[in-house]
Amino acid sequence: MKLASVVKPPREVGATSRWPPLALAVPFVLALSFVVLPLAGLLWKAPWSHVVGDLATSTVGTALRLSLVCSLGAMAISALLGIPLAWVLARVDIPGRSLLRALTMLPMVLPPVVGGVALLLAFGRNGLVGQWLYKATGYSLPFTTAGAMMAEAFVAMPFLVLTVEAGLRSADRRLEDAAATLGANRWTTFRRVTIPMVAPSLFAGLALAWARALGEFGATITFAGNFPGTTQTVPLAVYVALESQPEVAIVLSLLLLALSIVVLVSLRDRWFPTR
Amino acid sequence: MRSPARLRYCLALVACIAMIATACSGNRVKTSSSSSASATPTSTVTETATPSVTVTATPTPTVSASASATPKPSGSPSATPKPSASPSVSSLSGSANIFAAASLTGAFNKIKADFIALNPKVNLTMNYNGSGSLVTQIQNGAPADVFASADGDNMNKLSGTGKIDFPQNFADNLLEIVVQQNNPKHIATLADLARPDVSVVLGDPASVPAGKYAKQALAAAGVSVTPKSLELNVTAVTQKIALQEADAGIVYVTDVKASVAAGQFVDGVPIPPAQNIVAVYPIGVLKSSPNQAVAQAFVAYVKSPAGQATLASFGFLPPS
Amino acid sequence: MVSLDAHIKLRLGALDLDAKIAVADGEVVAIVGPNGSGKTSVMRALAGLVPLSGGRIVLDDEVLEDPSRQFRVPAERRPVGFVFQDYLLFPHMSALENVAFGLRCRGMPRGQARDRAREWLQRMGLASHMTARPRALSGGQAQRVALARALATDPRLLLLDEPTAALDAGAKVELRREIRRHLATFSGARLLVTHDPLEAATLADRLVVLEAGRVVQVGTPAEVSARPRSQYVAELIGINLLRGRAEGNRVVLAAGGSLIVATERRGEVFAMIHPRTVALHTREPEGSPRNVWREKVRSLDLEGSRVRVGLDGEVLLVAEVTPAAVAELGLAEGEVIWASLKATEVTIYPA
Repeated sequence: MKLASVVKPPREVGATSRWPPLALAVPFVLALSFVVLPLAGLLWKAPWSHVVGDLATSTVGTALRLSLVCSLGAMAISALLGIPLAWVLARVDIPGRSLLRALTMLPMVLPPVVGGVALLLAFGRNGLVGQWLYKATGYSLPFTTAGAMMAEAFVAMPFLVLTVEAGLRSADRRLEDAAATLGANRWTTFRRVTIPMVAPSLFAGLALAWARALGEFGATITFAGNFPGTTQTVPLAVYVALESQPEVAIVLSLLLLALSIVVLVSLRDRWFPTR
Repeated sequence: MRSPARLRYCLALVACIAMIATACSGNRVKTSSSSSASATPTSTVTETATPSVTVTATPTPTVSASASATPKPSGSPSATPKPSASPSVSSLSGSANIFAAASLTGAFNKIKADFIALNPKVNLTMNYNGSGSLVTQIQNGAPADVFASADGDNMNKLSGTGKIDFPQNFADNLLEIVVQQNNPKHIATLADLARPDVSVVLGDPASVPAGKYAKQALAAAGVSVTPKSLELNVTAVTQKIALQEADAGIVYVTDVKASVAAGQFVDGVPIPPAQNIVAVYPIGVLKSSPNQAVAQAFVAYVKSPAGQATLASFGFLPPS
Repeated sequence: MVSLDAHIKLRLGALDLDAKIAVADGEVVAIVGPNGSGKTSVMRALAGLVPLSGGRIVLDDEVLEDPSRQFRVPAERRPVGFVFQDYLLFPHMSALENVAFGLRCRGMPRGQARDRAREWLQRMGLASHMTARPRALSGGQAQRVALARALATDPRLLLLDEPTAALDAGAKVELRREIRRHLATFSGARLLVTHDPLEAATLADRLVVLEAGRVVQVGTPAEVSARPRSQYVAELIGINLLRGRAEGNRVVLAAGGSLIVATERRGEVFAMIHPRTVALHTREPEGSPRNVWREKVRSLDLEGSRVRVGLDGEVLLVAEVTPAAVAELGLAEGEVIWASLKATEVTIYPA
């Protein structure tokens, strides 16, 4: 060790250093740039003088309202279907469980447009299941807001299942034993012990699912189509506006960016259960 | 951290940032195919016409570091367009990226094959999409050498800004109603599209020329239609009909012909000339193209009798 | 009048458990035994957390489980209170809410449950910690909350699974005192699992020694330590326990070698030798001790002011000598040493 370093002020063993080691710093800067530069570009090119005016246009308002409705609806669907699924995957030892888990993760790795096509073939007017719906009620999901919600739920649900399953797995099962000895039946235990224990994972899962649903493009346009007010969510509106009204496109993008930042910051590291 | 260590540290970071900056400045290589350092347009319709379940992967708009950073290539061959003689010069070599409207898919694929047969040393890469999308891609720096649009407005966006110098009309197209095979809803006229039991899908008027023309045609005919969806390119309209998700759409005559030829379960209902709109297709070479020779040769071929014959075989009309 | 009469038979992984546990009215029974012997499984089976494969559980003349008749009262309906080694307090609830939990589950209205919980916490001396979350409590405080939580529901069987194991020495003593106090006033069967001989001695009226899923000895702490019948207890109290067959004055040891004893006997016996009665010599001694063995020093452990010398050779033994003796004899691991033992120092009793 050099003499100079002897003069360094003493540091606690195990204290996190202020400067990362050089070998890590390079990939860190690259990674940071990769994420930050596109956002910086967005902010740089934003037509700040027009923002307020553009925000008030009907295109933006309609798309935004529709996006919020669809994404929140998709989040709700993901929760209703995803939580029981996560429970089964985490707690019940059914045969083929790993296969089931792989299937639920499929929408995450599938290109969204492929997901959209698959949804069409299953739930479209002529689809596997959709044809019965159409024959019985004359109603078909494509081109409807419900369809957009469904497409978003399809891509978003795996995120919720993943986080909630992780939370359930890491939850201490013995606490449920303790609850049983105190007289709690399975439902009470689930309600008063299990759910509060996985609450952080649950919120993270909901937030992830909502964010994913909000940003969905490919599956939505393929399955639900593109019509202002019914199925033209913000991502679709951005794409369409990019050709004719680029400023509106940028404003919409800024809006989504702001919304996403608010959600992420409010979650503040609570992605997975911290222990 | 001590000063020498900190200095080393900061130098390394600066070197990194410099590396990123040079990587982003998008040097266009003369003989590049589709993979260049700057923004790559994601292709849509596959080059070979595949049956019904073709996925029209609508691309996300591309943004490169800055369009103005694209350096002018050095030593490009003469930029004057060659006269329209058949380029049987088989010593022609190089590459070109052809950006063409989706409705040109079938015809241009054949033209590409024929052109390459005549010029074996040439490499062509086709990019088919809605004309509006293509314009956006080009404006954001996509490396197109030739642009063939489905309408004049989109071409004007590029020629008006000086990106294309001499656009030429090379084909005309007419609109047609596309319906499910055997026309189960018995659609015969534009007016039928307004029926409550008919669900209609159109191209987005803002970005798809066919959509814009369809809107004009419907307005001129006094037919009020609320479409179920405004698709982002004309092929997607046909797809929706083929998948039986909608009952009718308005596309080009050439689209219907191509779909039927590909085995899709659609049929066409012609629109009488009085109600129809003639779409004029212009084509032009990008001024910034580093592959002027190949690009000009391609345009020349499209305009040549051989090219025109191919276009006609796909249902296009001669240029007006 | 027996409060708890249980015959627990179950298989869990490698464990094959078959044990009869009986707790009489008013007595505290402690289950002791090595790790893996099934102590916790007994507790969990009594609580209803793990099903029996055979046997029966009867508490105060009420059958809780009878596999032969396909009858089983689920855990949440058994009048059992369980105090876990790791407290297992609900982390998202305050101490008060934890204690009130059991009461609320049994249908008590919220206000009333909280009042009862408050009383219990006051009794535990935790009045100032009622709103604290479990992570803010010390080990001893948390375990007291756990105890209050278990007792608040007025169970008829109280199970304590190594309640002081997770605590440091000072907290252990305090909690033990607390437990003793509450056990005294608790009306119902009380069953305790412990590793700590001191705990067993101070809290229990009767010991059940469990080894490899079987009960090997039952008796008061005094009886068990006077006449241990298991290596576990022998090690716990620090004496040598050898097993063999007595033929008159000689006992042929099961592990090899033989022992000369003072009393004549026949049949399977246990031989108990206190380490302090084993004398060590550098040379083969000649004298009155009837038992002389050549041994090798296996281990040397300082315990308090004595050194426990583990011996390996003709007979496996532990001798206890002073540190000075160790120094004087130059004892070190691997050294050859002679051990002698008077026949009168060996206690024999039937196995």
